[in-house]
Amino acid sequence: MFRDVAFGQYYPGDSFLHKMDARVKMVLSLVYLICIFFIQSFFGFGVIFFLLALIVAVSKVPVRSVLKSIKPILILLIFTTLLNLFFNLEGETLVQWWIFRITTGGLIFSAKMILRLVLLVMGMSMLTLTTTPVDLTAAIESLLKPLNVVHFPVHELAFIMSIALRLIPSIMEETDRIIRAQKARGADFESGNIFKRAKAFIPILIPMFIGAFKRAEELAVAMDARCYKGAKGRTKMKILKCGWRDAVGAVVLVLFFAAVITLNYLEPALSASLPWMFFGA
Amino acid sequence: MLENAKEIIKVDDVTYIYRNSSDEEENASAAKQVNGVKGVSLSIYEGEFLAIVGHNGSGKSTLAKLLNGLLAPQQGKVEAFGFDTSGKDVYEVLRRVGMVFQNPDNQMVASIVEDDVAFGPENLGVPQPEIVERVKWALSAVKMSDYADKTPTRMSGGQKQRVAIAGVLALKPRVIVLDESTAMLDPQGRKEVIDTVMRLNKEENMTIVLITHFMDEVIMADRVIAMDGGRIVMSGTPKEIFSQEDRIKEIGLDLPVISTLAHALNKRGFALDTDIFDVEELGEEICQSLSKT
Repeated sequence: MFRDVAFGQYYPGDSFLHKMDARVKMVLSLVYLICIFFIQSFFGFGVIFFLLALIVAVSKVPVRSVLKSIKPILILLIFTTLLNLFFNLEGETLVQWWIFRITTGGLIFSAKMILRLVLLVMGMSMLTLTTTPVDLTAAIESLLKPLNVVHFPVHELAFIMSIALRLIPSIMEETDRIIRAQKARGADFESGNIFKRAKAFIPILIPMFIGAFKRAEELAVAMDARCYKGAKGRTKMKILKCGWRDAVGAVVLVLFFAAVITLNYLEPALSASLPWMFFGA
Repeated sequence: MLENAKEIIKVDDVTYIYRNSSDEEENASAAKQVNGVKGVSLSIYEGEFLAIVGHNGSGKSTLAKLLNGLLAPQQGKVEAFGFDTSGKDVYEVLRRVGMVFQNPDNQMVASIVEDDVAFGPENLGVPQPEIVERVKWALSAVKMSDYADKTPTRMSGGQKQRVAIAGVLALKPRVIVLDESTAMLDPQGRKEVIDTVMRLNKEENMTIVLITHFMDEVIMADRVIAMDGGRIVMSGTPKEIFSQEDRIKEIGLDLPVISTLAHALNKRGFALDTDIFDVEELGEEICQSLSKT
């Protein structure tokens, strides 16, 4: 049942983007996120769309996998679009029916919201598509290191995350086994109303939790046996390294960011000559 | 055979009893049954292959955890390489006495083989270039070098357990304790693990403490200790132990397959040596006894 659930959405590859330092990718993703909120016009979205297309092309991740990342936010997208359509009543009225009114302002605003969310999620998924969960946790640990000054348990947090990543497939496998065992004894998960079905899951949840705690206990003893004593005096085998790729990536992203900011200033002047392109200003 | 070898671990009249509220009544009713170990003394010598056998609840796993300081004795004293295991030097003991556990899935810390093997030396604060070397060496010692960058999810139990041994080897221990590490494996996996530890014992002069209830694994040991009810009840070479069929049965254990066969044949009128564990040897013995008649 759960066996083939791919954990995370890492797409194995060997591209320029895969080889970049996870920390740099993380910071650049943040820059990208901020950048998207600076965009005001459709032309600006065009610029970022071009950037995203460039990133996808360089990563060699199939476009389908990137598009898939929108699926989880589809409902959110539809919901916000409808809200914006019906409640933003600026500009001329295009259609009116009963109490509903769609205006040019509402239309433009919702279109931008869609673009913003889609570009945001697709851009962020490029980070998770090209970085292994292990590298991501290492990057988080490294980036949060300054928080050690205020005694924030950075190493512990990152370690908890990496152990969770390690155990999730094992626990899924075990859950799968429990489900089959309970089914073999006649458990029924498919019929009845929602409450009945929820109740049917109790005989799965209890052994699953007990198993997880047992596992945690055993793992803790095994960690003790291998001299684990927290972050103190610990070295690492894999050292994150920035290279020329990271410099190139940073420069490209900063250039695009600068372009978006400049556009915000230039648009009022340009929009006079090409109003169809910039009517969002 | 190891009379003049160096004593590296000394267990001196040690008691460790699990206190578990729900077990208390059981313990009271079965007054002699101890959950843990009671008054155990034992010495382990450098380079030996020691097997500890006993049925479930005989205290063999408790004894194992006492050897490296995972458990501190309630009474008595355990000394490993001159360090008291119950003191603040427990990490000095842990790095010298490595331990491989029963379930290979529950002792793997990282999702990638080489990261997991590196966990031990990372904890010790070994400099990065040396960690890389140790990981390479440890993986080649268990013949798992090809899997360095793989995830263990699709590996067989034997392979996972070999990775777990590599994880312990990377600590550069002097002793490896295998706490029922073969119990969950299929025969093929068991053979892989036993072959690996035998090789480490011979080639690296690694001291091995093998805890098991599979008697066939015990045959190769230099010395066998049998436990029952938290006490050591028998001790000697495999031949000495397995020639006492009745006592072995009494403490809930079986003889190795070959010895069982020899004993069974003797009951049918043969007069074979009962301390044979090798198929070839037994074959020869049978031929000889047949030609005599």
